[in-house]
Amino acid sequence: MLFEALKSGKFVVTSEIGPPKGVEMREILSEAEFFKGKVEAVNVTDLQSSVMKLGSLATCRLLVESGVEPVFQITCRDRNRLALQSDILSAYVLGIRNLLILTGDHPKLGDDPAAKPVFDLDSVQLLEAVKKLQEGEDMAGNKLEGEPPKFFMGAVVNPGADPIEPQIIKMEKKIKAGAQFFQSQAVYEPEKFAQFMKKVKGFDVPVLVGIVLLKSAGMARYMNKNVSGVYVPDPLIEEMEKVEKEKRGEKSIEIAARLIRELKGLCQGVHIMPLGWGNKVPKVLEAAGL
Amino acid sequence: MIIMEQKPFEEILSFLKDEKSIFIVGCAQCATVCKVGGEEEVKAMKDKLESQGKKVSGWVVIDPACQSVEVKKNFQANKDKITSTDAILVMACGNGVQSVKDSAERIKMEKPVHPACNTLFLGEVVRAGYFEEKCSLCGDCLLEVTGGICPVTRCSKGLLNGPCGGSSEGKCEVDPERDCAWALIYEELKKRRKLDRMKAIQPAKDHSKLIKPRTLTLGS
Ligand code: SF4
Ligand code: SF4
Repeated sequence: MLFEALKSGKFVVTSEIGPPKGVEMREILSEAEFFKGKVEAVNVTDLQSSVMKLGSLATCRLLVESGVEPVFQITCRDRNRLALQSDILSAYVLGIRNLLILTGDHPKLGDDPAAKPVFDLDSVQLLEAVKKLQEGEDMAGNKLEGEPPKFFMGAVVNPGADPIEPQIIKMEKKIKAGAQFFQSQAVYEPEKFAQFMKKVKGFDVPVLVGIVLLKSAGMARYMNKNVSGVYVPDPLIEEMEKVEKEKRGEKSIEIAARLIRELKGLCQGVHIMPLGWGNKVPKVLEAAGL
Repeated sequence: MIIMEQKPFEEILSFLKDEKSIFIVGCAQCATVCKVGGEEEVKAMKDKLESQGKKVSGWVVIDPACQSVEVKKNFQANKDKITSTDAILVMACGNGVQSVKDSAERIKMEKPVHPACNTLFLGEVVRAGYFEEKCSLCGDCLLEVTGGICPVTRCSKGLLNGPCGGSSEGKCEVDPERDCAWALIYEELKKRRKLDRMKAIQPAKDHSKLIKPRTLTLGS
């Protein structure tokens, strides 16, 4: 269990999969097989980047059935407070015990920009709502019947945000609202991450540092331009650029493993986002000595 | 001020396809500032409609079209031109269109009304011809805790507890040309040594206070 693993103080590994656009589940379920016994839990993204896809809840349940512990990602983008609380209760009866609460990207950035952005709650308010559910009440203060659900609830933080102070203020609010662990946005600069960890030292909540497997130099440049708080330094881009196409996978594994070794002493775990390269995760872990 | 723009002329014309004669109503306030319903635009509309073979029975620019008593006064003064016409084209905001319709009904001068504008937002006239949305009429103003910068409106997600992960160097993930409201709020509160306001958790909005349509009676 993710909760127990983090409590035990060992360095914890989580990873991530994204449901398909459609109902063909074979590929992601076979991707999940690579994670078995290698990572503590697997996040399932919730319409990541506002692209309409099959849901996180159903995918999480399929992971439970195949013996992989899921982390149900739930964003504030698409549901009002009734639907959010309802889906969280549903998750519980489906055997899902880990939640990751996020704001969610704006629909304008996705594949149907005409969709209505909901954001009835923000991530802090949703964390508070889940905390209340666990105390046996819904957000409005109405009693739940029977035993309340019990979750291990996480949130996200962007250690590369500039300026960083608003992020840290929000992180503190998330903890106050009930966040028990954090997974971070992708990190490629261990120095900067070390500074961030120094600033949040007193918070006493486990942080899993985010690692996105680099697939190409182009992808790195794209992230530098478009992903807030993510900066891939030039030497890493050059390293990717130098290798032939067929060797990119190996290079990606090598870079990720190196980053993990550098980051390991700074935080409580690592969250690897393979973006479809789930089959490479075991090799990354092996190369990182985990 | 209510910010609006004129609908494409072809669209307006399509609304009027069954109307032979039209009375045009403009508005002396917001619609005039937005250059969609002042005297100048009303006269230009008259010419354009006439060039398309429509009869324009008359026109008036009401100050303002959203005030029933003004609409009634102006309609009484133009009684013949209005009773003889097929329809009214209102070159004002959506509120103005309905105010004209309802006020006319109240004095038994009802006519079909057609809108000439798309009403966009409540905003500031930053300079002539440039407008910015600043308030979404949420019914429970938070400006005191957010340093006079509205997160409900100026944050694309209406977040109440700080920036999302997409905030980048002061800009918004939705439009990198635009300031992130939470970056502005942070800077302002920091400057005023009031960051504690940002640290307090803001509860979710109470939407039961926002059930539409809203009314207000003074002194009740
Ligand atoms: S908080 Fe924003 S939307 Fe609400 S009343 Fe104040 S300015 Fe308007
Ligand atoms: S970047 Fe700032 S303004 Fe834009 S959605 Fe996020 S918090 Fe709101």
